[in-house]
This record gives sequence, C-alpha cells and structure tokens, in this order.
Amino acid sequence: MASTVENISRATIRFAGDSGDGMQLTGTQLTNTSALAGNDVATFPDFPAEIRAPRGTRAGVSGFQVQFASEDIFTPGDQLDTLVVMNPAALVTNISDLRSGGLLIVNEDSFVDKEFRLAKVESNPLDNPDMDQYRVIKIKMTLLTRTAVEELGLSNKFADRCKNFFAMGFVYWLYNRELQPTLDFINTKFGSKPEIAGANEKALKAGYNYGETTEAAVSTYQVEKAKLKSGTYKNVMGNQALAWGCITAAKLSDKDLFLGSYPITPASDILHELSKHKKFGVRTFQAEDEIAAVCATIGAAFGGHMAITTSSGPGIALKGEAMGLGMILELPMLIINIQRGGPSTGLPTKTEQSDLLQCMYGRNGESPLPVIASRSPADCFETAIDAWRVATKFMCPVIILSDGYIANGAEPWRIPDYDALEKIVIQHPGERSEDDPPFLPYKRDDNLSRPWALPGTKGLEHRIGGLEKEHETGNVSYDPDNHEFMCKLRQEKIDKIADFIPELEVDGEQSGDLLVLSWGGTYGACTTAVTQCQAEGLSVSHAHLRFINPFPRNLEALLGNFKKVVIPELNLGQLQKIIKSTYGVDAEGIHKVKGRPFSVSELLAQFKELIG
Amino acid sequence: MSTELPVLKPADFGSDQDVRWCPGCGDYSILAQMKKALAAQGFPREKTAFISGIGCSSRFPYYMATYGMHSIHGRAPAFATGLKSARPDLQVWVITGDGDALSIGGNHLMHAIRRNVNVNIVLFNNRIYGLTKGQYSPTSEIGKVTKSTPMGSVDNPLTPLSVAVGCGATFIARTIDTNVKHLAATLQKAAEHNGTSFVEVYQNCNIFNDGAWKYATDRATKQDNVVELEHGKPLIFGAESDKGIRLNGLNPEVVELGNGIAEDDLLFHDAEAPEPTMAYLLSRMHQPDFPEAIGVFRQIDAPIYDDQLNAQVAAAQEAAPNAVLNDLFNSGNTWEVE
Repeated sequence: MASTVENISRATIRFAGDSGDGMQLTGTQLTNTSALAGNDVATFPDFPAEIRAPRGTRAGVSGFQVQFASEDIFTPGDQLDTLVVMNPAALVTNISDLRSGGLLIVNEDSFVDKEFRLAKVESNPLDNPDMDQYRVIKIKMTLLTRTAVEELGLSNKFADRCKNFFAMGFVYWLYNRELQPTLDFINTKFGSKPEIAGANEKALKAGYNYGETTEAAVSTYQVEKAKLKSGTYKNVMGNQALAWGCITAAKLSDKDLFLGSYPITPASDILHELSKHKKFGVRTFQAEDEIAAVCATIGAAFGGHMAITTSSGPGIALKGEAMGLGMILELPMLIINIQRGGPSTGLPTKTEQSDLLQCMYGRNGESPLPVIASRSPADCFETAIDAWRVATKFMCPVIILSDGYIANGAEPWRIPDYDALEKIVIQHPGERSEDDPPFLPYKRDDNLSRPWALPGTKGLEHRIGGLEKEHETGNVSYDPDNHEFMCKLRQEKIDKIADFIPELEVDGEQSGDLLVLSWGGTYGACTTAVTQCQAEGLSVSHAHLRFINPFPRNLEALLGNFKKVVIPELNLGQLQKIIKSTYGVDAEGIHKVKGRPFSVSELLAQFKELIG
Repeated sequence: MSTELPVLKPADFGSDQDVRWCPGCGDYSILAQMKKALAAQGFPREKTAFISGIGCSSRFPYYMATYGMHSIHGRAPAFATGLKSARPDLQVWVITGDGDALSIGGNHLMHAIRRNVNVNIVLFNNRIYGLTKGQYSPTSEIGKVTKSTPMGSVDNPLTPLSVAVGCGATFIARTIDTNVKHLAATLQKAAEHNGTSFVEVYQNCNIFNDGAWKYATDRATKQDNVVELEHGKPLIFGAESDKGIRLNGLNPEVVELGNGIAEDDLLFHDAEAPEPTMAYLLSRMHQPDFPEAIGVFRQIDAPIYDDQLNAQVAAAQEAAPNAVLNDLFNSGNTWEVE
C-alpha cells in the first residue's frame, strides 16, 4: 500500500496512446467502474478519423478522458490530474492539458529512438526541463506485461496488446478502484477465448500489483460516492440513449419503429444499436445513400410507423430536399443530426455545433421545421420522446440536434420506470363509407394539424405530394392566394408549438448583469462555469435552450432582463445570429471551432471579462 | 340484403382530379389500362398505393383513387421501399420515367431491384424530358437534337431492361402504350409477381418526341420490328410470321423461316431461366438490326426484401414474447443510489 490515501472530490484522467493501443476500451472500463462505485462520471473520447493511422505518429494518437466525482459534474473536466501516455506521440500531443503538479504515467519502453522519429521529436521529451512541473512515473509497461503473461506462452506481439490492461490496473490502484467489474467484463467479452481472457486478466492484476508493491506514488486517491438523486442508474452514451429514447417513444405511442439510415460518423452507432432491438418492433433499413434513407423514412411514416432517419451534417445536406417534402406532406418523423466538425467532410470524429443554421434554414422555399437539441448523453433519451410528442401532435418532421461530444460521451442515467412514462396518444381517422362527406386530408384541428390517415383504411384514399396543396382538400393548387395562405399556415403551425413546450428555466436570478444563453452539448461547461461565477458572487444567470424552433415563449422577456447576453457556441455564432435577428438583441458570442468542447476555464475567463 | 362484395370497375380507380397530360399523350393509355388491370385483379383499392417521382409520368398517382404519393425526382423507389417495408400488406406501385428512373434516380432503381422489394415499377420511356420541355434523356439516341443539344447529343443511351438485368431483377417486361391488350396483360402479370417487377412501357410524347416508337407502333411496320416473347415459344415475328431469331454462338441473328430453317432451329424463350444471360441478350436487340422484344423477359422466384425484413422482426418477437422495455433499461451494469 502507498503510505496514504488522500480523499478528493473529483479526478480527471486521460489515457492516450496509439489508435491500436486500446485506449477507448481502457477509458470506458475506468468510467464504468467509477460509475458502479457511485461516482458521477463524464467522458470525452477523442480519436482520429483514420481507423489505423500510421503507428507511433501524432496523427494516430487516440485519447479517452474521464472525470469522476463525489459531486454533480457536467463535463469531463478541463485540466488533467493524471495523464497516461503509451508512447512519445501521445505525450507531445497531450501534455499541455496536464495540470502543473499532475501525474504523468509513461510507458517507458516506448521512449526509444525509433518512436521519437515516428513522433517527430528530436530527443526524448521526458528529458525536457519543463517536465519538472509534473510528477512523472515511468513504468516499463511492455516488458512487465510480457513477463506477466509469460506462462501463457503467447507471442510478444500478442502479449503487447494487453499492455493497456496493465496501464488500467495501475490507474485502478492509484484511484482505489475495484478490479471486479473489469474482471467480469473480460470474462464476458473474451470468455470464449480463454488465452486472451487470461492474458488480459493477468496484465490488469500485474498493473494493480505493480503500484501496490512498488509504492509508485506517494499517495493514492479515493473519490467517495456522489450524492445523486435516489434511484437505479446505469451509464449511457448519447447515441445509445437516443436509440433507446426512440424505441420508448414508439412503444409509448403504440407504434413500430422504422429507421432509414446510411452509415456516417458519428451517427452510425444509433443504427447499430437499433438493429439489435427487433424484438421491440424495430425495423432498420441501411439505405443505398442518405437520400434513400430519408425517403424510405417518409414512406414508412406514410405507412403509419414511427419513422426516423439519422445522420450528420453532410448527410443532412443530402436529405434537404426530402426534409422539405416531409414538411409539406405534414407527416410526423424524426430527423436526427449528430453534428460533427464541418464544413464538407470536415472533422468527422470531432465535435461542433455548426449545423444549426443548416437545420433551421437549409431547405428551399418557406420550410420551417421544429428543432430540438439534446444537452447531454442521458438527456438524449428524453429528447427523443419529447421530439416524437411534438411530431405527432403537430404532424411534422422534427429535427433533433446532438453532436459527437454527446454521442460518444457517457454519463449516469437514472433509469425510468417505463410504465410510469406518459403515453403518446395518436388518433388515426377511421373508415368512411360512400355516404359520408368526402375525406379532407388537409383539414386541420386546433393545433393546425392534419389527420394522419393510414393506407389500408377504406374510404380515406388520398394523394399527397410535393406540389402545393389546396387548403383542406389537399388537391394540387397553383392558386396564388392559396399558396401564400398555406405557407403562412404551415409557419403558424410550427409557431404554435411554443404553446406546448415548457418555458425557459433560469439557473440563477431572473435579471442581472449577464445571461449565459446556451444550447446543445455546451450545457455542462456553461453550467459549471456559471455555478463558479455565482459562487464568487457575480451576477450571472444561465438559461439553456432545448427548443430552438420555436423558441420558448418567455425567451424574449428574459433577454431584456439582463445588461448583457452571451451565447457560447462551438461555431462562429449561429444561435447568436438567430437571436439577434429574431429579437433585435445585441447578444455577445463566445465562439470555438477546434473540434473540441469548451473547457470550463475558458468560459469562466470570458464571462468574467464580459462583466468587467 | 346482398352479401356480395362490390366489384370495382376500372372507373372506380379514377380520382376526381382533371387529367392534365397533353392531349394525345401516351400516358392516357397507360392510365386506362392500369385501371383495367387493377379492376381485373380485384385487389382492394384502399390497400393499393402509387408512388411516383417527378416528371410527366409522375403525375399518375393524382389520377388514381388509391393512396398515393408524388414524391421527389428519382426517389420513388426509396419511398416505396420504406412504405412496403413498413406495410407489406399494401400493393405498392412505382410510376417513373426515363429521366426520373435512369438519370437522377439511377441509384435507387438499382438498389430497389437488387433487394427485390415487392413493388411494381412501371417506367414510361418516351426518350425525352417532357415536363422540362424537351431536353434529351438517358434513353435518347446518339445525335438527338434537342434544346440542350443543338448539335446533337453525344452520350450513349441506356437500355432500361439491360439495367434491370444487371441489377438481378426477378421480373422484367416491356410493352407499348398503343398495344392496349398487351399493356393491360403485362401490368397484371407485374402485379401478380412476388418481388420487384420492372416494366418498361414504350410511351409516345407527341409534343417533344413524337414518333419515337413509330417503328414499333405503326400498323405497316410494327410486325416486322417487334417480336413478342412467350415463355417456351420460339421467337417468330414479321407480318407473315416468317422470320425468327436464331442463336449463332452467343449472338442472335435474324433468319427467314424455310429453306432448311425450321422453328426448332430458332431461339426458344425461357423466362424462367435461373441465369439472366438470355434476358440480357434479348434486351440488347435494337432497331434497325433486330426487332425489339416485348413481353416478359424474365420471371423468377427469389427471396424478397420486405418479407425477410419483417420475418426477422417476427422471429425476434417470437423468441422474446415477453420483452419489456424495463428489462432493456436495467440490462448490463446498474447501481443503486439511496
């Protein structure tokens, strides 16, 4: 045992190595183990777009960051308390995030000339005098792992693949984590391959024992359980929560779920997840392209399913025309955009919020669609259900915005009781006889919604299409007055959704010096930074938008209550543009397009500067 | 009281909308024969859906008293795939044209056919863009002079049926707008086939490409220029039924019967051949070297996309009849917070 165990409230750790080094798995295991230990957790996986970028290079570095805490946290942390690097490239690309005095854990075996050349460093970066500010622990992980698995008679190449488990074991010792959840994972995942399971188990234990035996650090750390709201929890990733939310929404509305999708990073995991749940009446269609995916979705919506399509910015661009059709057909469906760095192919594996204007306005003609944004991995579950409620109540496609940071990030999710969730009631019109008055497919109810008449229903045969429709009958109409009337009516319907959604809540005072207005995945960083401002006695409040189209009814009044409004976004000011043009408010912006989320410290500094 | 089910007549399949195709358009004939085919088939009107793309032909759904969707240029097969996957109980038709299906929608046509989605695709081929007022299409002949090709088009045309063969279509047929009996019979066969049915209709655009199929429709010439395929029968054509198609190695050739050439020497049509080689060869017979074939080129049974998709869902549900979402939510590692 190390001489002391230090109690801390939170810890931020990053594993960084080659994209083949298993860093994502290592980070995920530490996350799950910490969650099971009762901590609040938040993660940030960061990996290259290439599946196997050249080994040992800076481009090939893959990282996984996790923060676990005994208190509520909303971000994966800014500066690192502990950085584990498996090679020199990982060191040079990550070291700037390690706090002064932080722990640097190094696989010493990879700090050799050949690796220096691959990482394009002149000499051993560990010899750099700047390293003095860190507590460096050098471990011969490759050699120790080989020794640990020696008795299994594996080749060196094979043995070396286990060294991430050695690193994991060492960190488990350092943070007093239980080995059992990961031993169970190894058994489940590799149970059918005993030599792999055995090698990983030995490497994990070797790493743990190495720490204990050598007392490698002066003290180890203990993070107590977080005081979360009582209930049963599990760790969820954003895309998984979205998929489960969609399945749940379908069941709540007594519908089968249809997904039309084309593989695209970072949305594909929703397709993978939904494909596994056919027993809940889920049909997944991997289409020939993005356009076919959304068109099949519209076809399934016409047929009466809960139909959804999933993609990212480039795919949404291709879907634009069909989204406009969905709008004028006035059929319910969900269009899910997991945003990534743009423009064009951009930064496929990195996060950004730069598709907001695309989703708001990226269609020909007057084509308003509701836009709802999820704020965190667990929130994706409810976002999907809320979106489907709106889609069915107002008979329209609804766009859900998530992003790569939310999609791949994980956090504890308080598991709901399905039976306690509010049902989504949908009423399809019934059969008509020839004596009934003719069916009017575009006759509207109080919400301005038209009936969702299903093919197969006798007497309701009707035709829909992309041409302008006559009010009520839905027949093709080129009448100029009718066209203007219909454009306004469709807009009015979307505006009416504001009566149905909750008003915007304010974290802090209802008026003051500064209002931080945020949306989407920046929720965590904004919340944390605002909380710190408030703790320092500054007049800063926070409001986080879930619905961006339409805006909540009380937004305008709220904006007027503050001396300054600031909108932090991972783009060059897209919500800021909409707020300025909608309300004539001179909102400030904080903009970042680096493919990475905001850090709390950078927001904090800018908020303080704005208050002056 | 009568307990008999009402029998629908062709007129019962027409909607109350005015038909707005140009007078004399070949589309009228296809509309009329479609109504006849549907009435003859006796399938419920409310269980029938017509999905179209964009173009003159794609106005078709508006004129049918069934369910229908006038969708996006080229994408009708994708809409139909989604609808049929969700609602296998419906009879789904795709109405498309040469530009819609083969130009902007080539990708979706290919994939609907290769998946063998159980829909009926009817391609109105008039070898021109009509709705945009007369540009050349992917089936226009080389050298076609149009508004967009004043010096003649230089791109090689596609043969729709060759494309269908290449995609592994399980039902491939060709018919002609003016040959109304053949047209109605072909549509009915397409409806009866399980799997994707692909039907090309030679359709005359009397405004922008009048007479494109004259050789195949003119009383004086059609019998010499068209050979009607019948399963198990030799390929014989001509006003006097005195000409036939014979295979010379892998190449077809036109021969005259008599002078030592008997019917048994001719190519016998086998629509049910497992390999589509012969269907491809027939699709490549073009004027003026060969008569062009009409009828069913190929009809085979093969697994159907929407059947299998729904069978997987049914199998999963059967294997877990008591599946509840609370079990999904609580699967894997969970922990309690007091």
